[in-house]
Amino acid sequence: MTSLYSRFCNSSIGRKWIVALTGLALIAYVIGHMIGNLQIFMGRERINAYAETLHSMGPLLWAVRAFLLAAFVVHIVVTIQLTAENRRARPERYSVKEERRAGAASKSMIISGLIVLSFVVYHLLHFTTNTTNPEFKVLEDAKGRHDVYAMVIHGFQNPLVAWFYITGMFLLCLHLSHGFQSFLQTIGANSKKTAPVFDAGSRLLAWFIFAGYTAIPAAVLLHLLHT
Amino acid sequence: MNNGLDSKIPGGPLEKKWSKHKFDSKLINPANRRKYEIVIVGSGLAGGAAAATLGELGYRVKCFCYQDSPRRAHSIAAQGGINAAKNYQNDGDSVFRLFYDTIKGGDFRSREANVYRLAEVSANIIDQCVAQGVPFAREYGGLLANRSFGGAQVSRTFYARGQTGQQLLLGVYAALSKQIAAGNVRMHPRTEMLDLVLVDGHAKGIVTRDMVTGEIASHAGDAVLLATGGYGNVFYLSTNAKGCNVTATYRAHKKGAYFANPCFTQIHPTCIPVTGEYQSKLTLMSESLRNDGRVWAPKAKGDKRPPAQIPEEERDYYLERKYPSFGNLAPRDISSRAAKEACDDGRGVGPGGLGVYLDFADAIKRLSEPVIRERYGNLFDMYHKITSEDAYKTPMRIYPAVHYTMGGLWVDYNLMSNVPGLHVLGEANFSDHGANRLGASALMQGLADGYFVIPATIGNYLATQTGKRPPPDHAEFKKAEEDVLARIKKLLNINGKRTVDSFHRELGLLMWDKCGMARNDAGLKEALNRIKEIREEFWVNVKAPGANEELNQALEKAGRVADFLEFGELMCLDALDRKESCGGHFREEHQTPDGEALRDDENFAYVSAWERTDGTPVQHKEPLVFENVHLAQRSYK
Amino acid sequence: MNFKLRVWRQENPKSEGRFANYEAPDIPSDASFLEMLDIVNEGLILKGDSPIAFDHDCREGICGMCSLVINGTPHGPEKATTTCQLYMRHFRDGQTIHIEPFRAKAFPVIRDLVVNRAAFDRIQQAGGFITARAGSAPDGNAVPIAKPAADLAMDAAACIGCGACVAACPNSSAMLFVGAKVSHLGLLPQGQPERMRRVLNMVKTMDNEGFGNCTNHYECEAVCPAEISVAFIARMNRDYAIASVRESVE
Repeated sequence: MTSLYSRFCNSSIGRKWIVALTGLALIAYVIGHMIGNLQIFMGRERINAYAETLHSMGPLLWAVRAFLLAAFVVHIVVTIQLTAENRRARPERYSVKEERRAGAASKSMIISGLIVLSFVVYHLLHFTTNTTNPEFKVLEDAKGRHDVYAMVIHGFQNPLVAWFYITGMFLLCLHLSHGFQSFLQTIGANSKKTAPVFDAGSRLLAWFIFAGYTAIPAAVLLHLLHT
Repeated sequence: MNNGLDSKIPGGPLEKKWSKHKFDSKLINPANRRKYEIVIVGSGLAGGAAAATLGELGYRVKCFCYQDSPRRAHSIAAQGGINAAKNYQNDGDSVFRLFYDTIKGGDFRSREANVYRLAEVSANIIDQCVAQGVPFAREYGGLLANRSFGGAQVSRTFYARGQTGQQLLLGVYAALSKQIAAGNVRMHPRTEMLDLVLVDGHAKGIVTRDMVTGEIASHAGDAVLLATGGYGNVFYLSTNAKGCNVTATYRAHKKGAYFANPCFTQIHPTCIPVTGEYQSKLTLMSESLRNDGRVWAPKAKGDKRPPAQIPEEERDYYLERKYPSFGNLAPRDISSRAAKEACDDGRGVGPGGLGVYLDFADAIKRLSEPVIRERYGNLFDMYHKITSEDAYKTPMRIYPAVHYTMGGLWVDYNLMSNVPGLHVLGEANFSDHGANRLGASALMQGLADGYFVIPATIGNYLATQTGKRPPPDHAEFKKAEEDVLARIKKLLNINGKRTVDSFHRELGLLMWDKCGMARNDAGLKEALNRIKEIREEFWVNVKAPGANEELNQALEKAGRVADFLEFGELMCLDALDRKESCGGHFREEHQTPDGEALRDDENFAYVSAWERTDGTPVQHKEPLVFENVHLAQRSYK
Repeated sequence: MNFKLRVWRQENPKSEGRFANYEAPDIPSDASFLEMLDIVNEGLILKGDSPIAFDHDCREGICGMCSLVINGTPHGPEKATTTCQLYMRHFRDGQTIHIEPFRAKAFPVIRDLVVNRAAFDRIQQAGGFITARAGSAPDGNAVPIAKPAADLAMDAAACIGCGACVAACPNSSAMLFVGAKVSHLGLLPQGQPERMRRVLNMVKTMDNEGFGNCTNHYECEAVCPAEISVAFIARMNRDYAIASVRESVE
């Protein structure tokens, strides 16, 4: 098993696999989280109950959180390591270089990824720990549960915050539009015939996620959701 | 035998000779093989296959190539295919038929025993290549596909799209790579052989120049194998790679190896014509195009109208007119000469008037454009890439170009030259194709020599040479190194007013005019004088800038062209001597009343092997004896 | 036609390189890119300057020796075309043409535009072969191979080994080259016995040679003169994972 560990952690392809698999875990979370969030459109009762259920899971919740955190950290550490190696692989840059295929999404993976990281940090401080907005901590609904519904709407009523979220989601989805098909390529599912399908499917998934997540701040800004 | 040329053909019936010879050949004990060092120059099909196979047998091999990797040798450019007497198609093929076709195609100027052996091992070659993973074309049933090729009535050609040479070479390269990794072969890329070293009359090593650092080095071996390809670039323009050169074989010739049949060169009829003086190379288009294209030239001299405006009755479909039964499928030498005739007559088309049309209009009408596109799409694309003309709309322009050289260093049945220890493989030797090579036979010969012949025959020499390898600091090596360096210094110090290429172009044009598709006494004599003059000017007026101790491409070229300038003379001399027309060698004085090649078996059924001692060429003749085939005049009317 | 050339000049692997400007006047539009450089070099030699060194050999698009990054693209602007098959008619009269060597740590410059691609040879030596001793091969038709598999293997085998994939890759990755090699041999039944060792060893050597990592930009496929598909990279990724797992459990 040590050889397996070394094959995956030291080789180029092995680390690609690590990035792909941790990426998949994160994509799965992103989709799950989106479905959970969208329950806000079903009313205060539903979303607050959902939040309450999650919080009542205790150790399981922490296990999932730990797993996601690990995937997140590994995903980032390995890609940064790979990017550093990639830079070293071309010590003398081209004076003129024209890209023929690489798009904005693939070229900006590391940047979009790092901005998403900062977004995630803010997002945790904002809605999870309420560090940025301690007043959210005390919001309670009629049943004495934490009033997530009110918190989200208050949060997004600040247009600056809403737009920051929308921008963050845009970058996340740009990241995913390349990332998802990249995952399929890396695990070896791609072929000449599947390539266009995977490519289109990946973009579709990304924009679907974008639409899902931005629906909430957009609805708040458009006063479709209010307290 | 004659003049000390012992071809060492084994006795017995033709079909038993090779088996008998293998049995009679001396073996080297596996444990002793590692004591022998073998120097191989060239890493194409012949050299690469020999290096891989000898390395695998346990010999210590050093292999040299001028390219940056053995994978780039010019064998890679062969398109069409490789022949083998497998009879997978059940269409009546056999070893004897392949042998016969090759002897006849060579216009009866090759050795029966060698050609038979080639046909015999051809089947093993296919097996070997398949086992190595060469992706030959296959039928839907999963079996190997075949196609037919010029000069044969059976389908015996195996192919890998239009890239057969590439795929075979990659197979060789893979096998070679394995031996390099195993430490049995030491590969020296970007290294050029500049001299052969003889110790006590035996070839015992070479002197090389590292083309990156300029370092001159000696490499000693128990035997030396040259697999350095042909000399087509003596014409400057040819379908050879730019780097192909005669230096290795010519240096060996100057050290005593006989050069055989240098005048036998093959001109391929379907190449893209020359467009200007700047042109550096000619591109071949597969002969298969003639299956559906019709060759024509305008009837009127100097007719400069675009082809579409020349009405049918003013076109001369000269191949169909002259050779009604073969028509556009007449053999390479014949269709090449017919194109030259039309152009010499002032009826050539395109820039410079050196071209004829290959017209697909009728075929497109008959079969539809999609069918033609499916058959020849890649060739039409290539033509478009180079000429920017659309051959679906306007006829292609084609012209013959130098393609292959049948002549080469003289070798016996063991592939050893008259210099003991010096073995010569592939296109670099003269042995198998006579005066004309059939399509899809060059790949076959290269691999036969490398995979199957030399591993079996080299023992005959090595067994006599135990412990005789000189150290690389032997006086003969030192002397050869000094000579090589002195020559380089001389080239660099001339500092004249003309570039190497300008001399090469001048020589090439002269050779093409006087010693190309058609030759005559007066022209050859004139060429002999002119070559001397060009050479004299070269040595006082060439400009090769830079130094030896660096990557210096001008210097590399200068050394090669200097050798071509001597070698061209030998070609003309041989062409002058051969007062007959056979295969690729057409002497205008020797033709039938209707302009066909007239062979003279009475007086010229010999291999002409040239020795060069003290600068004067001396001819030796090895008579060709035909016991199994009947000498017949070729007719394609 | 007339062109202005901006060419990378570097005397040897250790020296500093720089760009030099040259005029290329009166170039026939039917000249190939390398013939244009030949013409410029003739002029340089006669002026007593050192000619521009560049790799080339067959000049018919198959040997893979020619390289060059032309206006930012390996082998220039035409699709599926090597530098030697690129013709000047595809450029604008008066245009400035930037010519650089293939740049990658694994492809050090030897001189001017000539680079050392021996890393590819070493990758091949690590496992890019099927062991078949001369004389030991069974009959060529002994094992039928389905046409689609044979054709796909041929698609992969068409790689000319020029290194444009590395030159084009933003990361200087050699995955397309190695993917093509691994796939060609791995797709054929003859290649099965060594399939797992092959992919592990070739990838290991590739990594040690200092190539970058693939991040799926597919620039390699876009410039490949032999139009090798990135699907072969996917195939190699899969083989690599299977081989790694098998190696540790079998």
